Parts: sequence; C-alpha cells; structure tokens
Amino acid sequence: MNEPVRRLSVVVLAMFLALMVAASYIQVIAAGDLNADARNVRTLYREYGTFRGPIVVDGESVVWSKPVDDPFSYQRTYADGPLYAAATGYYSIVFGRTAIEQTENDLLSGTADSLFWTRLSDLVSGETQRGASVELTLSAQVQEAAASALGDSAGAVVALDPRSGEVLAMVTSPTYDPATLAGHDSAEVNENYQALLSQEDGPLVNRAIAGDLYPPGSTFKLIVSAAALEAGYDADSELYAPDQLELPQSSNTLGNYGGESCSANEFQTLADSLAMSCNTSFANLGMQLGWNLVARKAEEFGWGEQLSIPLAVTPSVLPDNPDDAQTAMSSIGQFDVRATPLQMAMVAAGIANDGVLMRPYLVDSVRDANLRLVEDAEPEEMSQPMSRADANELTDMMVQVVEAGTGSAARIDGVSVAGKTGTAETGTDERPHTWFVGFAPANDPVVAVAVLVENGGSTEGEVTGGKVAAPIARAVMEAAIAAQGGS
Amino acid sequence: MATVTDVKVRTGRRSELGLLGLAVAIAVLARGLVDYHADFLELDELAFYAAGWTVVALAIHLAIRRWAPFADPVLVPAVLGLNGIGLAMIRRMDFAYASRGRETDFGGVQTVWTLLGIALALLVILLLRDYRLLRRFTYTAGVLGIIGLLLPLVPGLGTEINGARIWISVFGRSLQPAEFAKIAFVVFFAGYLVTNRDTLALAGPKVLGMRFPRPRDMGPLALVWAAAMLVQIYERDLGTSLLLFGIFVAMLYVATERLSWVLVGLGMFGFGAVLAGTLFSHVAVRYTAWLHALDAEVYRSGTSEQLVRGLFGMASGGLFGTGLGEGRPDLVPYAESDFIVASIGEELGLTGLMAILTLYVIIVQRAMRTAIGTRHGFGKLLAAGLGFAIALQVFIVVGGVTRVIPLTGLTTPFLAYGGSSMLANWIIVGLLLRLSDQARRPEEVTA
Repeated sequence: MNEPVRRLSVVVLAMFLALMVAASYIQVIAAGDLNADARNVRTLYREYGTFRGPIVVDGESVVWSKPVDDPFSYQRTYADGPLYAAATGYYSIVFGRTAIEQTENDLLSGTADSLFWTRLSDLVSGETQRGASVELTLSAQVQEAAASALGDSAGAVVALDPRSGEVLAMVTSPTYDPATLAGHDSAEVNENYQALLSQEDGPLVNRAIAGDLYPPGSTFKLIVSAAALEAGYDADSELYAPDQLELPQSSNTLGNYGGESCSANEFQTLADSLAMSCNTSFANLGMQLGWNLVARKAEEFGWGEQLSIPLAVTPSVLPDNPDDAQTAMSSIGQFDVRATPLQMAMVAAGIANDGVLMRPYLVDSVRDANLRLVEDAEPEEMSQPMSRADANELTDMMVQVVEAGTGSAARIDGVSVAGKTGTAETGTDERPHTWFVGFAPANDPVVAVAVLVENGGSTEGEVTGGKVAAPIARAVMEAAIAAQGGS
Repeated sequence: MATVTDVKVRTGRRSELGLLGLAVAIAVLARGLVDYHADFLELDELAFYAAGWTVVALAIHLAIRRWAPFADPVLVPAVLGLNGIGLAMIRRMDFAYASRGRETDFGGVQTVWTLLGIALALLVILLLRDYRLLRRFTYTAGVLGIIGLLLPLVPGLGTEINGARIWISVFGRSLQPAEFAKIAFVVFFAGYLVTNRDTLALAGPKVLGMRFPRPRDMGPLALVWAAAMLVQIYERDLGTSLLLFGIFVAMLYVATERLSWVLVGLGMFGFGAVLAGTLFSHVAVRYTAWLHALDAEVYRSGTSEQLVRGLFGMASGGLFGTGLGEGRPDLVPYAESDFIVASIGEELGLTGLMAILTLYVIIVQRAMRTAIGTRHGFGKLLAAGLGFAIALQVFIVVGGVTRVIPLTGLTTPFLAYGGSSMLANWIIVGLLLRLSDQARRPEEVTA
C-alpha cells in the first residue's frame, strides 16, 4: 500500500500548489484591480489613513491634513475655505472629492505613477506613504481682491497671466466652506451638503468655469472686431451705425443700448463703435463679415474647446448656422452665443499677449513629501487667433473704451487699462448680466481679467457692465499689478 | 540463545524540543505584535503568556517522551506553531471588534479550547497504547460517525447558522459533530477497507483501457456517496460532504491501489454536485456566488459579498501584508473563523500565507510518511486517512476563500476560531503521534 500513499502525497502537494497559485493570483496579479474596485472600502480607509498632501497658494498651505485621533487618522483642514473653494473643491468621506482635490487626487494621496521613486525611497527609509503638495498658480492677493470686490453678488471673476496662461484668480459667488463637508461625522456632513444643495443660488456651482453659460453681450464685440481686423478693416474704418438697424427677414429692428444714438450721420469708426459699444454697427459688421469668419475667430479664442485646467471647463458655445438676423444678434453677444467667464478672460489674454493665446492652467508645481519637484508646469501656446499688429490695434481700441468710453470705471491712475464692457440681456424680466473684460497695463500686460455679475448683483438702479463689473475688474487688476511689483 | 542487542535509535526528541521552542517563540512574538499594535502591550502579561506556552510545550514534550518516545518530532511543533499564530490572529480580531464597539473574547475562549485540545491529544497517547485496538471498534466508529453526521438534523438539537445545518447546541455551546464524525469515519473506513480490500480490488470490466471494479462491489461507495449527498442537500454543507467523500475515495484508492475507484468516485461526486446545483436553489446560489463573485448583480444580492470582501482583504495585503494589527480584517465577516485565512493573507501577506500553507504541507507529509512506515495495513490506512483529512479540509476552506472551489463553512484546522474543530484536530494529532510512535519504534531484535 506504500505506492498509493506516495501518490496520494503527490496529490496533496498538487492541492496545496493550487492554493498557493490562487493566493498568489489574488494577492499579487489581481491585487491592483481588486484594490481599485469601487466596492472596496478598504482602499477608501487607507486613502483617508495616509497623509494627504497640502494644496499651496503663494507658498502657503491653504488646505492640509491634520492628524486626528479617529478612524480616519487625518482631518482635511481648509484655511480660507470659502475663498479658495472654487479651486480646491472639497474632500468628503461621504460625497467624495471635487475640483483640485479630485483632479490631483493621485498626487495628493501619493499614489500617482510619477511618485513611484518617492514611494520606493519612503519604503526603504521606513516612511509611510505621504502625498505630494500641489502648488496652485493662484495669487492670494488677486484672489482676495477679486472675492472682496465681487462681494455678495452672484457671479464670477477669472484673472489670467496673459503671458503664461496661469490662473491668478478664480472666484465664484456665492461660495461655500469645504470644511463643512470635510468633517468625519457623516450625518452632519450630509446635513450640511443638503443645506448647500437646497440653496437656490447654487453655492456648489463654479460659475467661473462650469456653471451656466452666459450670453457675453457686448464683450463679444471684441471677437467681431478681431475678425474685422483680420478681414482688412482698421480702427478708423467707417461702419454703418444707424439708430435703428432693420434686421433682414424680420420685422424687428435693433437699437443701441438705452435707445441712444452712436452717430449723427449714421456712420461711425470701428474704434469709436467699440468705445461706445454700438449695437447697430457691430450687428451690421457681423452680417458684412459673415458668421463663418466670426465663428472661426471665436473658435480660435477657445469657443467649443474642451479645456481641462485640470478642472473640467464647460465649452463655450456658438449658434449653428444662424440666418442674417440671428447673425446680427449673435454679433453683439446675444442670441445663442454663450461663454464662461474663463472664456472671456481668455479673449482678453489672447489680445493682451500680442495675439497669442496661452493655455490656461491652475497647477503650478507638484512636490513630493521630501520637497523634490515632481511636476512643473510649462506654459503652452494654445492658439494664435490674431496677428501681433491686429492685437496691438485692438488693444489701442480697448484702451479707448476705458479712457473715453463705457469702461471708464476701470481706469487706474498711472496705468493704461484696456477693456470692454458688456450688458447682456437674459431674455427674461430679470436684470441683465453685466460683464467687464480687460487687461493691464495695456502696453505690457501682466493680468487679463473677466468679471461677470449675474443680473447686476447688488447694485441699485440701472445696471451696466461699465457701472457694475468695471470697478470689480479694476480692483483685480490693481491687485495683480501690485502683486507683480511686489514679487 | 537470545540476547538483547542495544540498538541506538534517533528518536528526534531533542530536535522536537528545539522546534517546540521555535513554535512558542512564534506564538509569543505574534501575540506581542498584536498587543503592541493595539496599544495594549503589557510586558508582564506577555511574560506570563510566554511562561504559559513554555509550560505547555514542556508538558507536551515530557508526555511524548514518556508515552510515545518514538513519535514523529516535527508534527507537534508544526501544529503548535499554527495554533499560536491562530490565537494571535483571533486576539487581534477581538481588538478590532472592540474598536468598533463589539465586545468579544474569542481569543480567551480559543485559548481554553487549545488547552483542552492538547490535553485530549495527550490523553490519546496515554490511553491508546496500541492503535490496533481501534480496529475492534470499526463498526462502532461507523455508527458513531453516522450519528454525528445526522445529529444536526434532530429537531430541537440541531441549529442552523448561516444557512448550514451542521451545528448542535449542547449546554448552550454550539458544537459541530461532523468534526468528530470525520475521525470516526476515518477509523471505520480503515477498518472496513483493510478487511475488504481484496474483494474491492477485484477487477471488473475494462473500459477505455482501464479496469473498473465490479458493479456488485460498488455498494459501500454508493452508500457513502448517498450520505455525502444527503449532507449537502439537507444540512446545506457542501464542505463536510466533499470532505467525507474525498477521504473515503482517497482511502479506497490507498487500500485497493486502483485508480479506477478514484475516477468512479470523482465522477459520482461531480454528477451529484451538478445534480444538486440544478435541483436545489440554495446549492445553485453557492455555485453562482463562486463563479461570478465579482459580478455587480451577484455582489449586490449579497451572496458573494463575504467572499469578495475576503478577496479585497487579501489583495490589500499584497506580498508582505500590512503587518499584524495594521490591516482591516474586521471588514470581512467571520474574519476570526471561516475567513481567518483571508485575515492572515491581509496582515501577513502572501509570504505569511505561504508559510502557513507550508506548515500544513509539513503536517500532512509527516502523516503520509507515518503511513509508509507503519507495518500494518490498518495503520497505513488510518495514518493516510487522517493526514488526507487535514489536507482536504485545508484545501476546502482555503480553496473556498481563494475561489479555487465554492465557498463552504468548514473551519481551518488549528487556526480558525471554533472549539469542535480544535478538539477534533488535536485528537487527530494524538492519533498520528501514536501511529508514528509505533511506526518508528524499533522492533525488539532477537538474535
């Protein structure tokens, strides 16, 4: 009977071999998939249990993880939570992550591929895994100035460095405090979240890049002007500027803002039309140029583009095959033209940077826990919507808007400012959305800005871009120039 | 003229003592790690624990020296090592549950069961001076085995836990009589087969170049098959069913040396399992949970949730594990009993799990070695049967957790929380000690 016993021993070995193979498969080969499985709460616990890297603005942490004595080990802490909420987002045990907390999660939690060497050296030196710090391009000074200038009004401010595409400020209002969603008491977090959701003005919405798209109103005339310059017009080209423009295939007529007149003789130059924000001349100019040219110009400035800064930006939209009347309305930023505040800031930035549009970005650099530089953003050219000469000519026209036109409230002592106001009808009984788009200093721009105030905000009486949005833009540009001087 | 020659035989007792020291060290260090990571480390308490283990190990050593001096020296240290790791892991689960507000003392209870189990093993070598005595009780053992198997079906006595009706409550404690029935059946099979092996080995018709047994000799196999099917269907316990049938087929093969018995047996079991899976929904559910564990729908229905959570645990452990007390094995239901293997995989990693499996391989191979060294057919069958019983039980449990086979409710010998299994498996150790003692004892040489 010894022979079958020996064979049985071999069978036993085979059985254990099968177990060992299965265990190896689970713990090594399939481990990655299993660990990444959404149903695996362990991964969540581990993520919360590791030190998450801070989010840094101007060299100081605005979001960091504080060790606490509870099952989650660390409490995500937000200094100036409401001020930076649009950029940082929240990190919640119940509702997951948003904004930078989400898009840079791999780096913050320390699991990114680019942190492989860091993890390896941590393993060797016996350190537990630590996340990397993410430094934003935001400037604390500009961000604060934008938030305080916007105040309680619903709206958004985006400031870009036109030379690089760095986002210097991204403010949305109303905002919320991510700290209220980062607690470790699920019931309380849930309650706070429901309260934010039930607020009608949508504090969780980032109006700067991902809220409703807004009609850009007269700020869109910058696009039409850029198209006209390319088509051979210049600042002094005389445009047809009647008090009332008859719209083709329609019984409707288009007038200027407040029924005002742009010209005594029904003609006005391109520069003065922009300074006075004539509707009739631009509507007519748009029809003359044809929608295809205007639309192409808009696309070169970023319309329709799926941007990731790395926060996802809602693409701005243009009407599809508008007829002449619709082209006329679209040329003054009405009808189906829609844009995000970031898009309008990109228009200003493209003009400011001699016609070269830089791709906007929010993450400046990433450093691992040992302060080794892991990622460093390189400014990247996105498109060249205008020639240098055209850009400079349009800049001069925009300076006129501020010096002698509708944007006078954006003037800064000793600095020449370029800009364009917008007052966009919303098609409802609500007050119009007010815009200001501009940059400064006009000859050597360090900041391009777009300000949107929904329905004129808290300003009393009649609201226009010049009255409501321009002063906010001035505050932001002043702060940016001061920050540049200081650095 | 007869003279007694002095024959020097290496008993291995001194090696055993050294290995026992290693096993004690593993048990104590594992507990120390668990306590340390739970912020519960008190050195005088750990010293007491170490002293306790040392006393137990010495007691085992002395008892074996006295009552089974030629017994296999590797067996007990390997078992004790497993037991020590199991106790530490179970205590670790107590801490994990406590941190979630659930007061348990699995560790304390299991320590008592361990001591009782060791006492039983020593009692076996003290009382059973010759294993051949067991052969007299062949049919008694058979009857006892059947009674043990059927007890859970007795109304009022049997209790159903987690869908399997394999428990009886005695004095407020749940017992798994099948664990003991397992031993009784091995004794019965050994006694029966050693008597009838010649008949059973008779050749029958030749099919596909292989001689198959005569149909009229199929009776015993059919009977065990029916019993196994009954257990699977009425007690909803695929594990015990597979275990009993597997042990029988293996022993049948050892007794008759006919591979055809194995094929017939496996064929019958496979047929039965498929039939049960088609006819009974509760069996089918287990198969689905096994084959499609990760499917969203199956997982949501809850039938594969425990299995999948165990997989998540093992995956998080990776190659080297999180470290004792550093993982979250408490996220898997029954992490201290049915899924202790997943807990070990998580905290000790693949490396630790491999070491555990290797310890089992060593135990089983020692049993097989004993079978080869034993002079009598009954002893050979007994040793091989007991060894294979441990191997198959580990295979069924660990295979269930690692998705090699459908998940069943058996316990991992020496590791998992559970009194019946602890006692029964230590009795097996006692029997193997006795068997190996007799196998390795030099025959008195007369010249």
